[in-house]
Amino acid sequence: MGQDVVDAALEQMECVYARPDTLTDTRFHYCPGCGHSVVHRVIMEVVQEAGIREQTIGVAPVGCSVFAYNYMDVDMQEAAHGRASAVATGIKRVLPDRFVFSYQGDGDLAAIGTAETIHTCNRGENILMVFVNNAIYGMTGGQMAPTTLLGMKTSTSPAGRTVETAGFPLKITEMVAMLPGTYYVTRQSVHTPNAVRQLKKAITKSFQYQKERKGTCFIEVVSNCPSGWKMTPVQSNAWLVENMFPLYPPGDIKAPK
Amino acid sequence: MNDFRLMKGNEALAEAAISAGCRAYFGYPITPQSEILEYLTDEGRRRGMIVLQAESEVAAINMIYGAAGAGARVMTSSSSPGISLMQEGLSYIASAELPCLVVNVNRGGPGLGTIQPAQGDYFQATKGGGHGDYHLIVLAPSSVQEMAEFVYDGFDLADRYRNPVMILADGALGQMMEKVEFPEYRVEDHVPPKPWATVGKPPERPANIITSLHIQPEKMEQINLRLQEKYRVIESREVRYEAIHTDDAEYLIVAYGLVARIAHKAVEVARAEGIRVGLIRPITLYPFPSGPIRSIAKKVAGVLTVEMNAGQMVEDVRLAVNGKAPVSFYGRMGGVIPAPEEIVRELKTLAAAHPHAQPAETY
Repeated sequence: MGQDVVDAALEQMECVYARPDTLTDTRFHYCPGCGHSVVHRVIMEVVQEAGIREQTIGVAPVGCSVFAYNYMDVDMQEAAHGRASAVATGIKRVLPDRFVFSYQGDGDLAAIGTAETIHTCNRGENILMVFVNNAIYGMTGGQMAPTTLLGMKTSTSPAGRTVETAGFPLKITEMVAMLPGTYYVTRQSVHTPNAVRQLKKAITKSFQYQKERKGTCFIEVVSNCPSGWKMTPVQSNAWLVENMFPLYPPGDIKAPK
Repeated sequence: MNDFRLMKGNEALAEAAISAGCRAYFGYPITPQSEILEYLTDEGRRRGMIVLQAESEVAAINMIYGAAGAGARVMTSSSSPGISLMQEGLSYIASAELPCLVVNVNRGGPGLGTIQPAQGDYFQATKGGGHGDYHLIVLAPSSVQEMAEFVYDGFDLADRYRNPVMILADGALGQMMEKVEFPEYRVEDHVPPKPWATVGKPPERPANIITSLHIQPEKMEQINLRLQEKYRVIESREVRYEAIHTDDAEYLIVAYGLVARIAHKAVEVARAEGIRVGLIRPITLYPFPSGPIRSIAKKVAGVLTVEMNAGQMVEDVRLAVNGKAPVSFYGRMGGVIPAPEEIVRELKTLAAAHPHAQPAETY
């Protein structure tokens, strides 16, 4: 088939999806099937569609998504491990009319950064906090995270997490929902196309609330880690539904009426 | 000429921060510097400053990172244990080359220590403090007047070199009251444009990224080489010190901050007794005034370093003197302030061991 034929066929087609300008052309470094790239894309789609790129500043974490700024084509700062919400606070306080979001994993947000997370939410910082929970430290090679499920095997819980040695999985999203500073707290996922659409709606709402200065918006994304979980992407998504959702059920935890 | 005001060192420093155009302050209470946070919460906020009491020094220094990266002139302050908690953040800030002012009103340590004045944080302040190869520019005031003046200077240096600047004071300088005069300072003449700041990406430029992560070793080495080049420029341009009675000196005292004022008194007492002694007061602890100390050391019979610690700056003095004269040390620790007569006594001991008439020898 000649190029002219292809071009002619393309002209007949309707563009239903394109890479948003707010994503760079850099190929994601994430493992096949990992949810991070989907979450990156959805945030950037919202920034593009809302037309707020010139007002948006993101904060990247330490962890697998440390290089988020290589993909998200907006002004970004890379924070120290756990400190993304403190860095975002600093940005937002001096630039209150900008849209500021932080992006963190479970080890970053719910272990080393617990104090910053709680106090950012308690102050009601007018930012969006995105929390990707895959119950494992992916970048360092699959160690136990604060959100690791009981019985779940990781490199630092090889026989499965036990309460006796490691305590309970931390439901930090429910914790921050209790704080009066949070305005919108929701748990989403990216394991199906419909779930991705729901996440996109949550992010859109969060930026709208930020514009209205309502307080902290907090979105947990229950995600997977095929490499760390030692599964195929398809297996990991099935495992996520069967094992993660019972403890971390999707849906709004705190939503404005 | 402006009016003189009678103020605590901490308050004078805070007042200077407001008039130096400090846009935001993030801090956590700790003795002996909480007046800075209190003054700014009250007077600073009234005059438009953003002031946030953070949940910890760890959070405060990371708020500084964020706000400095967003292009604002920003400051934090703390005292020794709190400054220890900030070291991680300072390493990131130095690597990402973000301008900011950090104030350490040094108290006695180690550990929780005491709330009394000390200089035990010299190593931490001047050698980096956190992980990796970096330097803060370190200014050491010795009066309430300088607690104020060095704020303007500190912000300007931070902006000029895109480098964190530390004012290293001590509990006495923070708490004592003296007269202070605030200089004329037009903020708009001093704050440079910051095209690198993350303020939102317009279409005409690439996204601004503030990061300290460069995973390729060759790239990270280049970043390090550039930082080192910057430090060499700072070392060549920004050395500040005060020399007192050094022209005819047969002995030299080196002391900074509060101790330099006590040493100055000791110099007067010793000279009245016929000992020709001079004083070098390093004002920039980094970059250290090695050159001036070296040139005077060549002419004297002995050098005495006095500090409120177990002997930290004396290492830099020895490196500067480089064997040209014997270097002795006298220190008090844990919040104890040396008296002038103690310094005179140490000086006499040095002079007795190394009389000036003796021919030059190698040490």
